[in-house]
Amino acid sequence: MTSTVVTERSDDRRRGDGADPARTGGPRNGPPALSRGTVLATRVVGVAAVVGVAFTVWLGLWVTPPDKVQGNLVRLVYIHPGVAWVALYLAFGLAAVASLLYLWPRTRSLFWDRLAAAAVEVGVVFNVCTLISGSIWGRPTWGVWWAWDARLTSTAALLVLFLGYMALRRVPAEPEVRAKRSAFAALFAALDVPIVHFSVVWWKTLHQGATVLNANLSPTIHGSMAWTLLLGFVALTLVFVWMLLVRYRIGVLEDWVGSGELDLALRERQAEGIAPPTASAVVLPGPPVPSETPAGREVPREIAEVAQ
Amino acid sequence: MWRDAALVAGKDLRIEARSKVALSQVAPFGIVALGLFAFALGPARAPMVSGAPGLFWVAVLFSTVLAIQRSVSVESADGARDGLRLSGLDPAGLFLGKALAVAAQLVVLELVLTVGVVLLYGAAVKTVWLIAAACLLGTVGLAAAGTLYGALSAGIRVRETLLPFLLLPVVTPILLAGTRIWQAGLAGGTPSDATPWLHLLLAFDAVYLAVGVVVYGPIQEAT
Repeated sequence: MTSTVVTERSDDRRRGDGADPARTGGPRNGPPALSRGTVLATRVVGVAAVVGVAFTVWLGLWVTPPDKVQGNLVRLVYIHPGVAWVALYLAFGLAAVASLLYLWPRTRSLFWDRLAAAAVEVGVVFNVCTLISGSIWGRPTWGVWWAWDARLTSTAALLVLFLGYMALRRVPAEPEVRAKRSAFAALFAALDVPIVHFSVVWWKTLHQGATVLNANLSPTIHGSMAWTLLLGFVALTLVFVWMLLVRYRIGVLEDWVGSGELDLALRERQAEGIAPPTASAVVLPGPPVPSETPAGREVPREIAEVAQ
Repeated sequence: MWRDAALVAGKDLRIEARSKVALSQVAPFGIVALGLFAFALGPARAPMVSGAPGLFWVAVLFSTVLAIQRSVSVESADGARDGLRLSGLDPAGLFLGKALAVAAQLVVLELVLTVGVVLLYGAAVKTVWLIAAACLLGTVGLAAAGTLYGALSAGIRVRETLLPFLLLPVVTPILLAGTRIWQAGLAGGTPSDATPWLHLLLAFDAVYLAVGVVVYGPIQEAT
């Protein structure tokens, strides 16, 4: 418990230091830094995503006409396929490719592992949004919230596979072990996706066919509706990329905290003369451990009192 | 590879023959599951007969999880996993051996459950070879995918709760295919009803056997 308190306090002080290491290019004792380009790219994508979504909402709710058959329900089409595209193809595809690249010895790097993890997590959010928006459309159209239709079922199956991956990732382990395990899990799940899909398609289907990317690639909707639909795809893809960048960054920081926290706490205790110097505190290798000299840090007041 | 597989399968089956865990716990669990389904659907015959194929395969899937847990826990005591790695056995052979041992136990279990379905639910088997083919192909897929996931979760303390969550969604195609083939087999359907499903099972088996042969070694190093 005490060590947690100490760490939180030192975090507070680091923030109070003035310059945020993440912004200024990173002194050695701060968290791993982002390059200026990455920060800028994240912001640009974020702003573009917000603008894109705002335009999609405006076009979808006010500019486009209601459909002859479906009325205002048709407006869900500007969101639902875009969300599904991100969840089912972009996120999962990226996770599978990144996991493969991690497993391939020549390209093995924690970058791919974190990218896969970020893609899965954001993919889960989009997958749930797909199911929810689909349900909202399905209730008035099909008369049921949920139908055991092929696409619905495979989407739900994909969600469960994604969740399994996340559960496996939450098991505490060294970053390398966790990365390997997760990459294998992603690979097995990815291999399963086409089989699940075929089995469910044969099992039952009543979903309407693809609207934009149908076999002869001629969209079956026109005019402002088609453009809004397209914009929805672009905007949601941007949202995905932005969330991915942010989640990746959090992943890096999580690993940094995970590896440095104990060491930092030990150093604090040693500075107070409470904990004996340990070999691990001296030779701990690896990720950017905050390497402040104990003397350079103030001892929190309560701790100092206890030490006396 | 095959010699190693036979060695490992022989070892696992010998352990099973001496400990009788599958016989005294997993098989009875399958029967209990059949009983529970009957309580949930019965006592009228009709829903039980129409549900029999699905209930059979759900019982098989649940029992598979237990069999895989057992197959992993056999290696977890006394550093047996490290011993196996040190033994110089081909990892591919190791994978095939473990999967073969699980498959052998599952086949026995399925025989027991089939008898249970016929006796307890009053289902009549009309096309025996369809039933047998579904069981055989489904078992290979379950054993292969199960052994892979078992190896993946081997070093994990929360394995008991994690494994079913990881494995069961992956093997849903076996449940779907097995159920459809069984429906055809119980109703005396033509083989053409079941052909796509048999192909699906074949594809599943091929994919997971091939992946297991290739990646079992690296997985062992990872966990």
